[in-house]
Amino acid sequence: MNEEQRIPVVPSVVQLDRVSVKYGRGFALREVSAAFPPGAVGLLGPNGAGKSTMIKALLGFVIPDQGEMRVLDLDVKRSPLQIRSRIGYMPESDAHIPGMNAVSFVAYCGELCGLPRADAMQRAHEVLYYVGLGEARYRNIDTYSTGMKQRIKLAQALVHDPDLLFLDEPTNGMDPKGRDEMLELIHDIAHNKGLSLILSSHLLPDVEYTCDHVVVLDHGAVATQGPIAGLKEHGGRVFELRVKGDAAAFVEVLRGAGLECHETEEDIMRVFVPEGRGAEQLFQLASTHRMQVRHLRPSVPTLEDVFAHAVGER
Amino acid sequence: MPIHDQGYRRYEGRREPHGRTWWVIAKAGLMERLRERKFLGLLLVAWLPFIVRAVQMYLAANIPQAAVLAPTAATFREFIDQQSIFVFFITIYVGSGLIANDRRANALQIYLSKPLTRVEYVAGKLATLVMLLAAVTWVPGMLLLLLQMLFAGNFTFLRANLFLIPAITLFSVILVLLSAFAMLALSSLSKSRRFVAMMYAGLIFFTAAMYQALRQMTGSRAWAVISPEDVLDVVAAGVFRSLDGTPALPMWAALLVIVVMIAASLWILERRVRGVEVVT
Repeated sequence: MNEEQRIPVVPSVVQLDRVSVKYGRGFALREVSAAFPPGAVGLLGPNGAGKSTMIKALLGFVIPDQGEMRVLDLDVKRSPLQIRSRIGYMPESDAHIPGMNAVSFVAYCGELCGLPRADAMQRAHEVLYYVGLGEARYRNIDTYSTGMKQRIKLAQALVHDPDLLFLDEPTNGMDPKGRDEMLELIHDIAHNKGLSLILSSHLLPDVEYTCDHVVVLDHGAVATQGPIAGLKEHGGRVFELRVKGDAAAFVEVLRGAGLECHETEEDIMRVFVPEGRGAEQLFQLASTHRMQVRHLRPSVPTLEDVFAHAVGER
Repeated sequence: MPIHDQGYRRYEGRREPHGRTWWVIAKAGLMERLRERKFLGLLLVAWLPFIVRAVQMYLAANIPQAAVLAPTAATFREFIDQQSIFVFFITIYVGSGLIANDRRANALQIYLSKPLTRVEYVAGKLATLVMLLAAVTWVPGMLLLLLQMLFAGNFTFLRANLFLIPAITLFSVILVLLSAFAMLALSSLSKSRRFVAMMYAGLIFFTAAMYQALRQMTGSRAWAVISPEDVLDVVAAGVFRSLDGTPALPMWAALLVIVVMIAASLWILERRVRGVEVVT
């Protein structure tokens, strides 16, 4: 492992140093070194990239085969209880304690974290209002909709006032309105309430809206990490391009000319032109290969570009 | 105003030290059961034999014609034996869902993401069941002994049968712990409390039937080792000194079987109570 892959020396809430986790013969995480600074950090990656495994390893659910992990400057192996008393975890899957109403459940979670009963009950009411379940707090959780279950999972993670939150796919299964409200909450927690959070998601817009930093995982390894704003500064220009003809063949032409190019869901491709080169080169290549340029527009780099760049080049 | 602006405050109050979480779990489990009318009904029925025995002792102590009802040491063993049926029903009613329900609702990852160990989680669940089982074995057993003294107005019976205090305690502890550990282990194996209940009932009845069949076929009573019910009979006969005939097993062998069964339950719990299930 070269020096660039070692943990950057920055204040961080979570640090991983050469962490490997194996399931059977395959690696879920392979020599992962990463640093999560305070604030909101997105943990990005396609399905199966190792995001949930990383969170489960940090929680102590999965024991790594090698490597060291520190959370809030505490060693995960040596101080699991101290760490868990200072973090909140919102699992990806539907999870609750059966037979309880929302306020009892959240208060119970507070008590499990060491809050006295009266304080836990008071906090439960407060966080249920905060996550938007105030009116439904006496309803049995088994009767909740998917969106409400996501909110109650956030409430139980917040009740003991953690310093760090692990949110695993928090908008899963939510309708657009509920999703927007959840993202508002997450943004508010990270930027106005003084909590740090790690948001694991495969939804780039969610991460882009709520987070300042990102760690991108792919095939169990870190593809890229850093501040989103910094990663977006590609050192060149981005163009949206649509051509008439064999678009796939033209993508290969662009790549052959040393230009990074990603196809989007529509028939528009995003082309990264290095500094010092411009749109003229695109016209030139199109002309040479007898392609009609139907649409060419300068664009701004997005997290999607960062993700495609990081994951695509591996 | 968006609803989240109603506020989130940092918490600056007291936090309990680690290691007490098992009691939070046990307390919640107890309260959940004691709020159920069906369970309270079961508990009430489980105390009926106590009332009958208490009346018997009162009559024996106060009416000369009823002296034939006077309790002996065997009365207490019979009482605990009678309570075994309620131990069975309460174990099934309370215990079958203790871990199975948590597994069904993915609650284990909620529990184990909090500052508590797997041992504390199991201890909390175990304590719920142990306390409720003790409430129908040890508590009424000791109360009966106390009532006998109060009705008789002297310590003569207790002085003559002082061994009853450790006997009731020891046998109740063994009965309750064996039932609770076995049920918790089974409860950790499934996500369905009904299936767990069937497994437990099957374990008790099937092993007893197997013992009888093997005994008939081979003529050996040593097969009692496969039947928890018969192993407990041997232990009860030993601790209550009511050795009517040769026991099916030596006492040490019966105790060894119990230790092995509890160890097996702990092994299962160690394997099954985890924050995440890894399938490779």
